[in-house]
Amino acid sequence: MNPAPVIQTSDLSIGYAGKGGKRKRVHDGLSLELLSGQVTCLLGMNGVGKSTLLRTLAGFQLSLSGDILVMGKPLQAYYQSELSLAIGVVLTEKTNAGDLTAYDLVSLGRHPYTGFFGTLKTHDREVIEQSIEAVGMTQKAQQLVAEMSDGERQKIMIAKTLAQESPIILLDEPTAFLDIASRIETMILLRKLAIEQGKAILLSTHDIEQAIQMGDFLWLLGKNRPLLSGTPEDLILDGSFASFFRKKNMDFDLSTGKLTAKAPTTPIGIEGDPLMVYWVSNALIRNGWMPTPSTPDNINIICNPNRHFIITFPNGAHRETTSIQQLLQEIHPI
Amino acid sequence: MKNWLFPILTALLALLFVGSLVYGAVFIPPSSVVDILLGKGAERQSWVNIVLQSRLPQAVTAIMAGSSLAVSGLLLQTLFRNPLAGPSILGISDGANLGVAAVMLYFGGSLGRLADWPISGYPAIILAAFAGACVILVIILYFSTKVRNSVMLLIIGIMIGYLASSCISILNFYATADRVHSYVMWGMGNFAAVSLEQLPLFTVCTLGGLFLSILLIKPLNALLLGEMYAANLGIRVNRVRLYILLCTGLLTAVTTAFCGPISFIGLAVPHIARLALGSSNHKMLLPVTLLTGACVALLCNMLMVVPGTNTVLPLNAVTPLIGAPVIIYVIVNRKNIHYFN
Repeated sequence: MNPAPVIQTSDLSIGYAGKGGKRKRVHDGLSLELLSGQVTCLLGMNGVGKSTLLRTLAGFQLSLSGDILVMGKPLQAYYQSELSLAIGVVLTEKTNAGDLTAYDLVSLGRHPYTGFFGTLKTHDREVIEQSIEAVGMTQKAQQLVAEMSDGERQKIMIAKTLAQESPIILLDEPTAFLDIASRIETMILLRKLAIEQGKAILLSTHDIEQAIQMGDFLWLLGKNRPLLSGTPEDLILDGSFASFFRKKNMDFDLSTGKLTAKAPTTPIGIEGDPLMVYWVSNALIRNGWMPTPSTPDNINIICNPNRHFIITFPNGAHRETTSIQQLLQEIHPI
Repeated sequence: MKNWLFPILTALLALLFVGSLVYGAVFIPPSSVVDILLGKGAERQSWVNIVLQSRLPQAVTAIMAGSSLAVSGLLLQTLFRNPLAGPSILGISDGANLGVAAVMLYFGGSLGRLADWPISGYPAIILAAFAGACVILVIILYFSTKVRNSVMLLIIGIMIGYLASSCISILNFYATADRVHSYVMWGMGNFAAVSLEQLPLFTVCTLGGLFLSILLIKPLNALLLGEMYAANLGIRVNRVRLYILLCTGLLTAVTTAFCGPISFIGLAVPHIARLALGSSNHKMLLPVTLLTGACVALLCNMLMVVPGTNTVLPLNAVTPLIGAPVIIYVIVNRKNIHYFN
């Protein structure tokens, strides 16, 4: 099954209408497709317009030019109440909902469906309960939001968008304030919703490694350059990532998908137990060495299990160490 | 959700209402008060007059004014997402005050004469108070788009209140000594200022405003999440903001026009209600705030009478006794109070 585009933009300009008709353009020429059943991650440095793009797609601010189609219909043709059925959002905006129960907060997601006083009918209650269950918070439904961890609050906000029953969910840095376990949990949850419920999920994030690991599709947004989009692995292998994140003291490591300090240059031979080799290399790269296969011209390290390392210097001298700290001291001045 | 709060608050309200009829500067035996209310008359005609012409309208006024101010405080706190917002803090009471002062000085009437005005004169004063309150509300709203920091916004509100007060001072400066005196008396707040004849108009305006506020429950709940979330839930935020401001303006203006600027009830009562209810869901919070406001106002009305004497304190000498400790408690304990999070 081919995923269907739920948001399409063509030649979109985003930014703000400033004073005296002056416009502050944040980004131009955005032609995008957001697909259902996928997690799309929007990556970019601060200030390139990630939030502006999300706010524009969610209809919170007007685009400067270009077209946005939501479910095949122009965004500006939507009534506000109608748009709330298509797009649900999770924002970084501070809420004052600490004194609401999780259930009450999720039930706000039913607003587009309920009547004048927001009275919940049986069907609404079913949807709310299913939404809370989908994020795994059934046990805590009656707990106050203020008593929840940041990760749990984020799940409740996601459950609110589920109660909205919108096919599109936009999230502005949903993992920014979470600890590492909650980050992973949130991403797993979003993947599950994309796969099981066919939601189109777009989230902005600074977490490159996680985006590569968990994102089906990436949008790379940079200053004064066209947006790059594609499957993470394609973007890595075609060099998009490397060109995108190249900075003075930073490099994108093709083999690991990690941003590292500027590429090391001094070669050092390393071989032996794979686990040991991995972590010794990690330490060596941090200290400015470039691990390579063993050659007689360089320092060579043989890694045995349990941190037993044999260092051979080009002059034939040998050293044995039992910790990486010692090893680094032995090879120190480069 | 504490559903038992409603019967308790209703019982408390009834108790305080009866208390306000029985207890006053002049001692009247409770049995006589009952007889008077049942239309049987009493030993002295003056007692009948005191109960029916003074205490009864005063108690009803207190209920109306207390509910109005408490509900406007709640609406403002939710709209500005600021627990320290309130009609008196944001200068809205001062705006209504200025409107009243301007009309009175324009007509050249003293406040003493004002009380004798035919009922047709009162709508003009209510309108002036409403206009004054709305002007301040619009100014505050304008600044709320410029100044995101809520404490700074409150300070702007206080400054605007000072500006309004300064205009009032200038108006007062050119008024005669007894006008100034009666104006100062009016400014101390008084539930007794509404006579039995004016009561229907006052009640209709107040109930109208309270009814409007009940219609806003759904968007108020959405606004707890902030304006963008509310918009995403299909709420037309600009329109709702306007409705909330009109409703607040009406409630504050009517109360201020009749009873003078009353401090602290609008600010403190929503906190009492939230703390008692343990929820910010307006479906419950709004009615609880309304009832609590009525109870607190009746309590203040009774506390005004110094026991054992004929002395009646000004209302604004009493309201801070209840309001200020509540606000200090809330600020000191804000880390443990859920609705700040």
